[in-house]
Amino acid sequence: MTTPNIKFLAGNEACVEGALAVGCRFFAGYPISPSSEIAEKMSGRLPKLGGKFIQMEDELASIGAIIGASLAGKKAMTATSGPGFSLMQENIGFAMMAEVPCVVVNVMRGGPSTGNPTGPSQSDVLQTRWGTHGDHPAVVLSPATIREVFDTTVHAFNFAEKMRTCVVLAIDEVVAHMREKLVIPPASEIKIENRHKPSFKPGDTYYPYETTENLIPPMMNYGEGARFHVTGLNHDKTGFPTGNPELLESGNRRLLDKIDKHIDELTLAENHRTDDAEVLVVAYGSTSRSAKRAVEEAREKGVKAGLFRPITLFPLPEKQILAAAAHARKVIVPEMNLGQYKLEVERVLGKAIPVEGLNRVNGEPIQPSLILSAIMGD
Amino acid sequence: MSMDYFEYLRKDKMPHIWCPGCGHGTIMKSILRAIDKLQWNKDDVVVVSGIGCSSRTPGYLDFNTLHTTHGRALPFATGVKVANPKLHVIVVSGDGDAMAIGGNHFIHACRRNIEISLIVFNNNIYGMTGGQASPTTFTGSRGTTAPYGAIEQPFDVCGLAQGAGATFVGRALDMDAVAMDRVILASLKNKGFSVVDAWSQCTTYFGRQNKWGDATDMMQRYKGMTYNVRLSDKLSEEEKEGKYPVGVLYQATRPEFCEEYDKLIERVRPQETKAAANV
Repeated sequence: MTTPNIKFLAGNEACVEGALAVGCRFFAGYPISPSSEIAEKMSGRLPKLGGKFIQMEDELASIGAIIGASLAGKKAMTATSGPGFSLMQENIGFAMMAEVPCVVVNVMRGGPSTGNPTGPSQSDVLQTRWGTHGDHPAVVLSPATIREVFDTTVHAFNFAEKMRTCVVLAIDEVVAHMREKLVIPPASEIKIENRHKPSFKPGDTYYPYETTENLIPPMMNYGEGARFHVTGLNHDKTGFPTGNPELLESGNRRLLDKIDKHIDELTLAENHRTDDAEVLVVAYGSTSRSAKRAVEEAREKGVKAGLFRPITLFPLPEKQILAAAAHARKVIVPEMNLGQYKLEVERVLGKAIPVEGLNRVNGEPIQPSLILSAIMGD
Repeated sequence: MSMDYFEYLRKDKMPHIWCPGCGHGTIMKSILRAIDKLQWNKDDVVVVSGIGCSSRTPGYLDFNTLHTTHGRALPFATGVKVANPKLHVIVVSGDGDAMAIGGNHFIHACRRNIEISLIVFNNNIYGMTGGQASPTTFTGSRGTTAPYGAIEQPFDVCGLAQGAGATFVGRALDMDAVAMDRVILASLKNKGFSVVDAWSQCTTYFGRQNKWGDATDMMQRYKGMTYNVRLSDKLSEEEKEGKYPVGVLYQATRPEFCEEYDKLIERVRPQETKAAANV
């Protein structure tokens, strides 16, 4: 019997463990608080595994390098925080448009601008959805525990590889820096998805963007004999630019449709006492930990409170939000921002149920007592 | 003697977008002749570009090709090369792409000395967006954003590359295809980061705005603005004043990034194995 691999890790460290466990072998990054520990750990760990770490000259270069590495066949990741995440936006769009699997970690700090570099925040949530220009898909995960950082990092790579897109892992600074026990699962228990390859023999014609039944074109790597073209321009199935209106329409729609088609497998969420919840709290990341405590305390006081905790923030888990709110007379969305995810929840629930924001942008985590007051108050 | 260009071209992507008189096609053919001479397997060649007229080159070439975002070709290319050092990576870029929006990546790729050849199709203007001044527009020359003549100093692409640490630096004019071949071939052979300042004439925007005439007039003018670096000793300082040397300007041997990383892997990997064995 093997000894369990027990660690006591911070979120940023657990992210590294998850990435390495799922097969990440390329990391490019640029130092920025509060994400820097991810780059630091990667620089030490990757070469020992035969992987590559490169410190780039800025965040624009970091995201460019991971896209290039992914095209050359490596599972690739970068990590950054607010200002760096803003700088990466153009090439995040490139990865989505050119359908290149990669993972971007954004350890959220206070903004806008340089903001509050070492304080916790969830103020990039809608940027993770809409940060890059143009209509585009988004797969965004936000963990609340150290074990979940490990697991969501594994999921992020699996989703990126399977869906051929850029997946964002949005970790708030509390989760990034707090420490918890983590039992790293043995390799046999970690599910690993790799990009789906076409059956290809030398001489075959390969269409890198051919519409398949699952809307995700099989992917070859550079150097494997297919000699294909990749561009951020609108392109046809061959990968070359097109201005054909029908192809523009279908190409742009497919990028979103492929995510919609797989929404069930992309959706990760937790329901805590939502079956009969009359007051529903919707919270994610470290805020959901306070919310869970507040829900327990409200239950002790006889209020039927419940917590819906999206782990997949986007694509928006609409069905699950509707189901959790089935008996709710009130919904509270506590966030370390000024009401970003609340807009999404409101959009799902309409005006039928009042949705209240509980918002703090003071660089402090939201206390359970504040959420409890919101649950109890009418 | 003669090679079959169509072996390397995506015929169905022709005609290309370049204007009559543009020198970009000439430089592209020089790159193909160099690759042919080296007998590189097409499957192992990756050509990366940014945005601009020059950056449409990869689309015409039958290699692994990557048309990235404006200014970012070098970071993408760096990712490709580091991930799979067996691939031959060439970046084609313009003077705006490489020296303005991509200037930071340019100097750091030089410093890193990663085995990539950057061919700067330098026509001293932003062609694709309609003739705006670029970082290599000559002082006094006009662009649509410099209607009274540029008041800034242009970058010396080669001087900057050498200062930043590139281990091969060369310059050639499109009118001298033999010299262009020699410089590009030497750049592809260099075990490190190479920069070729490949001069091309933009007749449509630069030539017309500056009344520099047609393609042959511009070629003659560029010839007059340059001198062969091999004749440098025979020319007086006055003769060289304000002129650009052409040819292989600088070569050095310094550690190459991917090789150094492989050594690093060798160094740290056994240590971990040893440590694990001791536990």
